Amino acid sequence: MDFTEEQIQRYSRHILLQDVGVEGQEKINNGKVLIVGAGGLGAPIALYLAAAGVGTIGIIDGDVVDLSNLQRQVIHFTPDVNKPKVISAKEKINLINPDVKVIAYQKLLTAENALEIIQDYDFVVDGTDNFPVKFLINDACVIAKKPFSHGGILRFDGQTLTYKPGTACYRCLFHSPPPPNAVPTCSQAGVLGAIAGMLGTIQAAEVLKYLTGVGDLLTNRLLTFNAKTMEFRTIKSKPNDNCPVCGSHPTVTGLVDYEQAVCDIESHRKNKNK
Amino acid sequence: MSKISVNGKAQEVERPISITELIKLNNVAQPEMVSIQLNGQFVNRDDFDNTQVAEGDELDFLYFMGGGSF
Repeated sequence: MDFTEEQIQRYSRHILLQDVGVEGQEKINNGKVLIVGAGGLGAPIALYLAAAGVGTIGIIDGDVVDLSNLQRQVIHFTPDVNKPKVISAKEKINLINPDVKVIAYQKLLTAENALEIIQDYDFVVDGTDNFPVKFLINDACVIAKKPFSHGGILRFDGQTLTYKPGTACYRCLFHSPPPPNAVPTCSQAGVLGAIAGMLGTIQAAEVLKYLTGVGDLLTNRLLTFNAKTMEFRTIKSKPNDNCPVCGSHPTVTGLVDYEQAVCDIESHRKNKNK
Repeated sequence: MSKISVNGKAQEVERPISITELIKLNNVAQPEMVSIQLNGQFVNRDDFDNTQVAEGDELDFLYFMGGGSF
């Protein structure tokens, strides 16, 4: 790939980095990344990956922008209310960086479409707000041997883990989805807006590290932080032999759509009917 | 008195206790929703009652976090 003068200027701060350089930037420009969810986490992830020049960004979300999203979903602006999130996100990505090819999927990731969608990408980023899809992403990526970044935020806390085939997966840590309504999601419990940026940019950095091969990924380590104390911890983990999807006797061999918390579904319906 | 560590912080327990008791002692709001790692190994939920915590053990309580998108 030959960079134009303009591209050399655009990506000069990457190219200057000894660990990245022209070669690393080429890897970024050739990278294909799928972002699941164009919300609190998906917004900063998409903005930074677009700015970095990731060649193809797929973004999947079935929702429309709601006024209550704007407190943290920084890729959506006030005039975007009621617009499909993936369209709003695509517009901003194209404005930031016309080099990026955006593939917008205005739908939910499901057991039926997950494997087909993720197969076209080098890396998958979980920016979803609910456990059924978090487990779906994990299972699909483990089955398809696709690396991904898990991210979760709640109130003042965040956690993230990077998976590569052979390292601890989300199910190694969290065996199976909690019963619907057992654990609050952000739409029920609230979240400090900036937490989404803190965690999303960590996930974006992991993507860029993966694409360029620079540094040590958050594999076999769960990073957690609390914004009230600003304490960060990494908890070392390893693949769990009893893991239902990647352990030695897997019980999860196909994909399933787990039941969603009832109030989440209702709030989605409300949004769609607006 | 046994010295253990929970989420990187030192804690003392008066007598050998099970993981189930330790979860109670730490006032975990939803015990059924916590994953436990003991010295770097995940403990099956079914074994929380019969796994004893001893001097020097390092435990991590991991909680579900759902948020992100909507």
